[in-house]
Amino acid sequence: MTARDKNSELFTRQYTGREAMVEHYSDEKIKELETTARLIRRHIIQMIFDAGSGHPGGSLSATDVMVALYFDIMEHNPDDIKWPDRDRFVLSKGHAAPALYACLAETGYFPVEELKTLRLIGSRLQGHPDMRKTPGVEASTGSEGQGLSMGLGMALAGKLDNKEYITYVMVGDGELNCGQCWEAAMSAAFFKADNLVAIVDRNKLQLDGPTNQIMSIEPLADKWKAFGWDVIEINGHSFPELLDALHKAKETKGIPTVIIADTVKGKGVSFMEGQVGFHGKCPSEEEYNQAMAELGGI
Amino acid sequence: MTKIKWPVEPQRPAFARALVALGNTHKDVVVASADVSTSTMTGVFAKHFPERHYNFGIAEQNMISACAGLATTGKVVYASTFAIFGTGRVYDQIRQSVCYPRLNVKLVVTHAGITVGGDGATHQMIEDIALMRALPNMTVIVPADAPETEKAVLAAADHEGPVYIRLGRANVPVCTTSEECQDFEIGKATTMREGSDVTLVGTGIMVAKCIEAAEELEKHNVSARVINLSTIKPLDKRTLIKAARETGAIVTAEEHSVVTGMGAAVALVLAENAHVPMKRVGIPDSFGESGSSDELMQKYGLTVDDIVDGAHDVLKRKK
Repeated sequence: MTARDKNSELFTRQYTGREAMVEHYSDEKIKELETTARLIRRHIIQMIFDAGSGHPGGSLSATDVMVALYFDIMEHNPDDIKWPDRDRFVLSKGHAAPALYACLAETGYFPVEELKTLRLIGSRLQGHPDMRKTPGVEASTGSEGQGLSMGLGMALAGKLDNKEYITYVMVGDGELNCGQCWEAAMSAAFFKADNLVAIVDRNKLQLDGPTNQIMSIEPLADKWKAFGWDVIEINGHSFPELLDALHKAKETKGIPTVIIADTVKGKGVSFMEGQVGFHGKCPSEEEYNQAMAELGGI
Repeated sequence: MTKIKWPVEPQRPAFARALVALGNTHKDVVVASADVSTSTMTGVFAKHFPERHYNFGIAEQNMISACAGLATTGKVVYASTFAIFGTGRVYDQIRQSVCYPRLNVKLVVTHAGITVGGDGATHQMIEDIALMRALPNMTVIVPADAPETEKAVLAAADHEGPVYIRLGRANVPVCTTSEECQDFEIGKATTMREGSDVTLVGTGIMVAKCIEAAEELEKHNVSARVINLSTIKPLDKRTLIKAARETGAIVTAEEHSVVTGMGAAVALVLAENAHVPMKRVGIPDSFGESGSSDELMQKYGLTVDDIVDGAHDVLKRKK
C-alpha cells in the first residue's frame, strides 16, 4: 500500500489544469501532517542528542518538505523498496539525514527503534545517507552538489523507460554555491526533464553564516528561470502551500520545476531558529529537554 | 636492435565497436559523453542508438553523478571523455556518486598518457591509474591494444560495479593475437612469453614494447618472461608472485607516472610476498610537454631500450 492510498479518502482530486489548485486538502489532513512533522522533529532532536553529533538546523528546516513528500505526495511502497515505478527522493543536502531517516522509519522502511543507532558503529544509519545500507534511501549523498545530477539521471532513465515516476531532489541553499548544481540545472532543462522536481531548502544560513554574506545566491528565482526552469516560491513550512506547489510541479510539462521553499533553519525549536550555531551542533542536555518540551503535544 | 613489424590499430574504434555490440545485446546499456564524443567515438553508438546516448556537454561532474543516477535504475552506464577530464576533474563525483554506492558505471577514457603529444601537459593524464586504483570498489583496466580493448569493454558490462578503462589516442601495435590472449578475464594477467631470468610486466601500450625488449634480451642470452597486466585492480597477485619467485627479478613498464602507478602497485605486492630486485619504467615525477608521441616516449624514458636497461639493472642486482 502506498502512502497515497492510505490517505486517499482525505482529499479529492480536482484536476482542472496547470494553473489551478489541483488538490484540495481537508483541515484534518493538514493538521495530521503538522502533527507528523512535530513527531519527525522530536525524532531529529532525539537522534542527534543520542548520537552526540549531527546537523539539527538544516534537518529541522527541511522537515516539512520531507513530510509532505513521504506522507502525501510521493507514491512509494516501504514493503517493496525496489518497486520500479516508485517516486524517488534524493536528499542532496545529505547532512539533513536525520529528517530523512525519521520519515523512512515512520513510513515503515525500518523500525522506529533503529533511529537510536544514528552514527553508531555498525549502524545502517550513517551520518550521511547511504543507499546501500539504509532501506528507502535512493542515493548516497553528503558531498554537496551532486544530488541534483543523480536525480537527473533517475529522471532520464524514467523517460527512457516510459515510466511515470517523479524524482524529487532537495538541495540546500548553501549547496547552490556548488557549480555542479548549475551544470545539472542547465542540462535538466536541456533534456526537458519535466519529471524532475528540485526543492531548495532556502533557510538562508550556511555553516559559516548567512548565505547573503558568505556567498550570495541571489537573485535565486531569476537564476533558475534563466536556466529554463519553472519556479514556484512558497513558504516551506506551510503544508497547504507545499502540497499545492508539489502538485503543480507534477503537472508541469516540458521543463523541470524548482520549488524555492522559504524556511527557517532550526524550525520548531525556539532557540535554534535562525541560529547559525546549530548548523552542526548537538544540543546540551538542558537544550535537549527544552527542545523536546517545545515539540511536545503530539 | 630488433624491430617487430606489428600491425597497428587505434583503440577507440574497437571501443566503439564493442559499445554498438552491447547496444544490440544489452538493452540496459546507455552511454554518456561530455562534448568530445567525436573524439572518444561514443558518437558511433549515438548514431545507432540516439535515444540511449546523452551528451552532457563540457560538464563532467554533472555527467558522472547523472550516470550514477541512471545506474540506480538498473542501467549499465558507459561514460566517456578524455582521461584528463574524466578522472582528476571528477574524482569526488567518481568517489561519492559511483564508487561508494558501488554503481554500475563504466568509465572509459581515451587520450590517456603522454602520447597525446602536441596538446602538452594540460592534456596528458599520467596519474589517473594512481587516482582510480586508490578507490574502493573500483576495477582498473588498461588494455594492451585494440582487440583487448574490445574484450575489456564487453567484459565490463557483465561485471557488477564501477570499472575504469584507460585508452590512448594513437595507433597501438596489435600484440594480443596469440592463443593465450584470447580468453580475456578481468583480474587475470596474461603471460605473453615464457622466460626464466627476469620478468617484464607491461600494461597498455608498453606491453608490445616489453615483448620487443624480451627479443632484444634474448640476443644477450637473457630469458625474459613477459606479462600483460591489463587489470591493475584487482591485481593478479598469484601470477606476479609466481613470476618473481621463478625469475627472481621484475621490471614494470607503464605509460604513466612511476609515482603510485602500476609499477608501484606491483612493488607493494612483491615487497610483502616475494622480495626481488625491481625496476619501474615509467614517466618520472614530472609533467609532460608538447612533442610527437615518439619524441615524448624517448624523452620520458618509455622506449624498448629503457626496458632493456631496466632488465640489465635488475639482473645485476640479482645475486
